[in-house]
Amino acid sequence: MIRQLGGLLLGMIYFNNVSKYYPGKVPGLIDVTVEIPDGEFVFLIGPSGSGKTTFLRLLIRDLIPSTGTITVDKGELRKITSANLYLLRRKVGIVFQDFKLLLDRTVFENIAIVLEILGKHPKDIEQGVMNVLTLVGLSDKRNLFPLQLSAGEMQRASIARAIVGGPKILLADEPTGNLDPDTAWGIMEILQEIHGLGTTVIVASHNADIVNRMKKRTLTIQHGKIVRDEARGHYHLDKHEKKTVKGGKHDAHN
Amino acid sequence: MPITRDVKTHIRRSPYQAMAASLTMFLTFLVGGVFFLATMASVSILGYFEGKPQVTVFFTPKAGQAEADKLKTTLEASGKVASTRFVSKEDALAIYRLQNQNDPLLLEMVTADILPASLEVSANDPQYLSELASVIQGSEGVDEVVYQRDVVDSLLSWTNAIRLVGGVLALLLVIDSLLIIGTVIAMKVALKRDEIEILTLVGASPWTIRAPFILEGGFYGFMGAGIASLILSIVIAWFRPLLFSFLGSIPTLRVLLGSLTSPAFLVSIAVFLVGNMLIGFCLGALGSSIALRRYLK
Repeated sequence: MIRQLGGLLLGMIYFNNVSKYYPGKVPGLIDVTVEIPDGEFVFLIGPSGSGKTTFLRLLIRDLIPSTGTITVDKGELRKITSANLYLLRRKVGIVFQDFKLLLDRTVFENIAIVLEILGKHPKDIEQGVMNVLTLVGLSDKRNLFPLQLSAGEMQRASIARAIVGGPKILLADEPTGNLDPDTAWGIMEILQEIHGLGTTVIVASHNADIVNRMKKRTLTIQHGKIVRDEARGHYHLDKHEKKTVKGGKHDAHN
Repeated sequence: MPITRDVKTHIRRSPYQAMAASLTMFLTFLVGGVFFLATMASVSILGYFEGKPQVTVFFTPKAGQAEADKLKTTLEASGKVASTRFVSKEDALAIYRLQNQNDPLLLEMVTADILPASLEVSANDPQYLSELASVIQGSEGVDEVVYQRDVVDSLLSWTNAIRLVGGVLALLLVIDSLLIIGTVIAMKVALKRDEIEILTLVGASPWTIRAPFILEGGFYGFMGAGIASLILSIVIAWFRPLLFSFLGSIPTLRVLLGSLTSPAFLVSIAVFLVGNMLIGFCLGALGSSIALRRYLK
């Protein structure tokens, strides 16, 4: 699975023997080696506390691995200084289960923030924001505040914010966790559409039905280890596994 | 990113904190400004007196050139005098007229007759002054002897006292301002923690996140210093005639306080205002930076 040519990594994302231990030697991720090529759609599944969120937080260098190296777009994350961390974050869009929208700003303003910090011209900001709002089906809600939206709409706004800067990678941490099945499927269709535009998409999910329906590459994490790496379309959860995925132990780190 | 919009929002949402920070800066610059101006004035006065002859001998109204020449001969014979200069009644009137040229009433009332002639004496060494003093005091026609050293020493002790009290007070107020601005900014950082987290996650550079807070602190300093300096400038302009009557004999202060519309006065006020506002901005920004270093890692 891991391809190397003269030391040059070919994948967009490469975890090389990565372990992460939290204070008190609590394991978050144990000896994970995985490559995710450019433009791939990957599901991370596993019970709560298995290490999915740790995996994603390591990818944005919100955490630093205890051992091993992580490479994103040919750059090793450990070598990025705090002052330059924003350059990585601009390559990686993130969608959270709890949306993380600014409640005192409109949908438009929430999304425009990303283009403002990139120093875009107001005209380009207007155009860019409207493009992504159209993509996620929220163009008519641009002037509403987050609390005036449904949970599904808030998640769509969150996705719009994550992709408006044109990131190479989109991470989604339980993006359908708070949504009803229809709305959840709508969100997945949007993610699928974004993937179709060439973005590498990594989704951490509990939702076994969605994972089964999407037929994408699936990494199963249990107790911090990747126990299965299924190629696209080959993944299928049986009844026992569905139970395991949904009902994991609670972990404060996850 | 429209930083100024964020600064406006910060201030609008917590007007009392903004007022507290600006008021502290205002007090700092008001007190600091008063002591600064007093120090500058006393330094000018000091410079003026230091440049004067060491001893000025005033003669009685009836005495004149003859008594002065006699005294001059006696002093020069001692070998302890570097130079002497006789100032006649007419010369004294000319000096008086120059010093009071803006007050015709004072000029009308004075003639050369009522002004004393004088002899300005500089010793080879200040230690000879007491020895010369006894010679001068006992001479014919001498009315009063003014030792500039006494004036200079007295002024120096006043200037040093003003500097010390002003410096300590200003330092305490600067520390107080830094602490208050730092506390206000720290509270705002705590209130905006979620927003800062989101900005960090979507790729805002450290400067993009910090700039609105630094600018906000700078704004408090700028406003406080600006208002304090403006008030002090108005007070100086208001009391200018009074100050001129007291300090008009000092050449530098005479030029500065001569007229409200003189370039020297206007430039000095402008430099005072702009300089203080810049210092205020830097001080406020420093307070914010200290708070951000502590609370925004």
